[in-house]
Amino acid sequence: MSDIKPTLKQRFDRWMIRHGRVLVIGLPYLWLFLFFLVPFLIVLKISFATAQYAQPPYSALFQWVDEGVNIAINFGNYLFLLSDSLYISAYLNSIRIAAISTVITLLIGYPMAYGIARAKGSTRNLLLMLVILPFWTSFLIRVYAWIGILDREGLINAALMGLHIISEPLIIRQTEVAVYIGIVYTYLPFMILPLYSTLEKMDGSLLEAALDLGCKPWKAFATITLPLSLPGILAGSLLVFIPAVGEFVIPELLGGPNTLMIGRTLWNEFFSNRDWPIASSVAIAMLIFLVVPIMYFQHIQGKTEDPGK
Amino acid sequence: MSQGANQQDAQICVQTSQPWNDPDGVPFIRFEKVTKKFGDFYAVDDVSLDIYRHELFALLGGSGCGKTTLLRMLAGFEDPTEGKIYIDGVDMANVPPYERPTNMMFQSYALFPHMSVEKNVAFGLHQDGYSKSEIKERVADMLALVQMSKFATRKPHQLSGGQRQRVALARSLVKQPKVLLLDEPLGALDKKLREQTQFELVNIQEKLGTTFVMVTHDQEEAMTMASRIAVMNEGVIKQIGTPFELYEYPNSRFTANFLGQVNLIEGTLVDDDEKYAIIQSDDIGGEIYIDHAVQGHEGTTLWVALRPERLRLCTEKPENTTRNCFAGKVEDIGYLGGLSTYHVRLETGKRIRVSEPNTHRHNEPRYTWDDQVWVTWETGSASVLNQ
Amino acid sequence: MNGKRSIFLMSALCFGFAFLYVPIMLVIIYSFNEGKLVTVWAGFSTKWYVELFRDDAMIDAAWNSLRIGLMSATLALAIGTPAGLVMSRFGRFRGRTMFSGMIAAPLVMPDVITGLSLLLLFVTMEQLVGWPAGRGMTTIVIAHTTFCAAYVAVVVQSRLSGMDTSIEEAAMDLGAKPTKIFFLITLPMILPALMAGWLLSFTLSLDDLVISSFVAGPGSTTLPMKVFSSVRLGVSPEINALATLIIIAISVLIIIASILVMRSERQRARQVQEDTGIPG
Repeated sequence: MSDIKPTLKQRFDRWMIRHGRVLVIGLPYLWLFLFFLVPFLIVLKISFATAQYAQPPYSALFQWVDEGVNIAINFGNYLFLLSDSLYISAYLNSIRIAAISTVITLLIGYPMAYGIARAKGSTRNLLLMLVILPFWTSFLIRVYAWIGILDREGLINAALMGLHIISEPLIIRQTEVAVYIGIVYTYLPFMILPLYSTLEKMDGSLLEAALDLGCKPWKAFATITLPLSLPGILAGSLLVFIPAVGEFVIPELLGGPNTLMIGRTLWNEFFSNRDWPIASSVAIAMLIFLVVPIMYFQHIQGKTEDPGK
Repeated sequence: MSQGANQQDAQICVQTSQPWNDPDGVPFIRFEKVTKKFGDFYAVDDVSLDIYRHELFALLGGSGCGKTTLLRMLAGFEDPTEGKIYIDGVDMANVPPYERPTNMMFQSYALFPHMSVEKNVAFGLHQDGYSKSEIKERVADMLALVQMSKFATRKPHQLSGGQRQRVALARSLVKQPKVLLLDEPLGALDKKLREQTQFELVNIQEKLGTTFVMVTHDQEEAMTMASRIAVMNEGVIKQIGTPFELYEYPNSRFTANFLGQVNLIEGTLVDDDEKYAIIQSDDIGGEIYIDHAVQGHEGTTLWVALRPERLRLCTEKPENTTRNCFAGKVEDIGYLGGLSTYHVRLETGKRIRVSEPNTHRHNEPRYTWDDQVWVTWETGSASVLNQ
Repeated sequence: MNGKRSIFLMSALCFGFAFLYVPIMLVIIYSFNEGKLVTVWAGFSTKWYVELFRDDAMIDAAWNSLRIGLMSATLALAIGTPAGLVMSRFGRFRGRTMFSGMIAAPLVMPDVITGLSLLLLFVTMEQLVGWPAGRGMTTIVIAHTTFCAAYVAVVVQSRLSGMDTSIEEAAMDLGAKPTKIFFLITLPMILPALMAGWLLSFTLSLDDLVISSFVAGPGSTTLPMKVFSSVRLGVSPEINALATLIIIAISVLIIIASILVMRSERQRARQVQEDTGIPG
């Protein structure tokens, strides 16, 4: 360009223009790669190892033996998972509990989201804040709150017995019902928010057009509102379903010893049995099941945030 | 349209072309002292209005004038706070939108994004439980009418603005409503397409004989299309009339200003005879002679409305008359192709707008900046407004 | 016309909000209960709050949590902000799909998986490079930063995609360099999103039990871990008191924040109204 030697600042600026982009992408990319993606590969690796009484408590997968790599892949962990009905039933239980809770959350959350979306200006903001507020308060404390309500000596039993409706306390805590209540309660905001945002964005004149063309209100809801809010339903359901499958705290605190869920199994394998390879294979097995919903979630997440589509 | 009733209707339409002037005419749509309040705000304030069968009636006004509210009350999306609305003699109170004999074409078109063009048009027929074959036939007919048959299987987002507009029209017409409501039907189209579509809409209306009630803010659109126009402002109807009546005989400064260009000259009535009137105006610096009686008290303030194209410019003071002739200087010239507008500054400081057609190609503009000119007009061209 | 529908929606909202708030209210009420039993009201008392503040282990855990929260939220902002910027402003680049995947996945990934995988990473890293030596605050902060950064990225991204790019283009047109544009134009515009992201990260970090449990070491017990170990045994009035304090602190913070946001928005609306003379 010119013969004059660029100053240090100019050089820096030029360098920034050329490489700044890479720098901005690089930092978060590297961090997430190292602390999010690589760990999964390690989990995968260790799931093929065998447990050892050592530090760390698993065998090495690769061993340098005589100018070559000896790979000791051990499928035993996975075979063990398949052979033991405990794991299989924990899986099926988790999926069933997560699915049922998701449906209940949807049934409670949809009318709420719809009501909020139809509310006027300041009321709407207030209602929205009321939905978000519990989401900010401690998750653990919200689960804990239900212990006092559902317990054998809890408030529900005290109230029902005080009113002489029942004579023997109901067993609610330490049942699956308590787990449903816990999941629905803690994940309800995650369902309401995406539903609200699709319902709020929906053009009100579409519903008016349907009414105008002779459609009765409930039918207009079924043929117009419901199909158009499908993205919100899907996003909300995935936001509830995926974490609920791996939920640990809720079944641990509200469920009984028989409420087996896979997150709880993983926790016990790791902390109680100290069997890291089995815990890893449980994690990988859970991940394999969740990979499709997670990728689908990412897909719709990308679609809603990409204004080009 | 094969229905016999429609053909009959069309014949009646031809017989009485101006039913609003017929004392025995029965209004098809009637607003009776209708008021609509949103909180403390009067969106529509005590409006009474009759619309006749086969009319293409336009509600014209700026944003927030209440025209859309009036239309939405007709469709049933809003309930009047007070007053009654009748369509074809039936009180519409407590009739929900889905049971009204009206269909609406929305400003946003409100096409269902998850349905194809065909499905959109068929939607209304499905609600009424027509047989599949009949729905198919009527949808096909309607799409042919709006020239959209080729696009039947497309989704709305695959269509251009003009195509969406046609689908919206087809969808609202396919149920053969007694009244078609159009909310800014051409608002989303560009100018060229809008002009073309205006005539197509009128042709379709004439073909089907359906009563159209249209809301628009575009005075040109209203004038081209409508049989009658109601000019609205702040929830009140200022004037109802044919485009001709509104343009030539405005009843207020508001209407005169709203439709077309106008020069408004303030003055005081000094002489009011049976055959003429004289208005003294400091605004223009002299007397204005009016060729008819004004019927007002002498001394009241009045406004004289003069359309720019009814004014004439001349370089010499006209000799044959001394009336209505004022001197000024050309300040601005706008060349619009078909005509030129001149802004003339009178000696009083008043600016007057005059437009002259450019009838010949080779003529130089007759006047240029700073030319001394006289502004004059025929005595019959002025309308006198008292509000 | 829609009377029946609004009655239905109203009752759905009432039921929903009762469901959301009654349990929290009960915890608050019973934190002032004199007795130890949940079901029996033995009179008003603040003795459980006194007990709580005498519990040194609890106070230590609270300090740990606060320190971890502050560090993680700040780091998450540093990593999540460029990530959000990249997602909304950088268009296509090689590896974008993986990048967006790494941002979306932590939002839904079950905690047990994230916790386990991070722990195994730390163990492996210690074996290979000797860092981080053992587990403790550092590992918790890294773990929290990772999932909080994803939240920050989403918040920043959604704020940016709602904003007109022409403002940044105008700055470029007027001769500002990309770095300058970011600090002078983009950053001030996304400041509310950054504040929200930081606050969100802070509370998420403060709230996390499962991931911390996996990657914590001796001496780095966080508040949720301490709470969890005591509520496993059942209801404890001391925890009621702690819960009440947390709920009140967070509610006050959130309410102040939203009042500030609302007020500034209203002020802006009023200013626009005055400037243009158009009534709302």
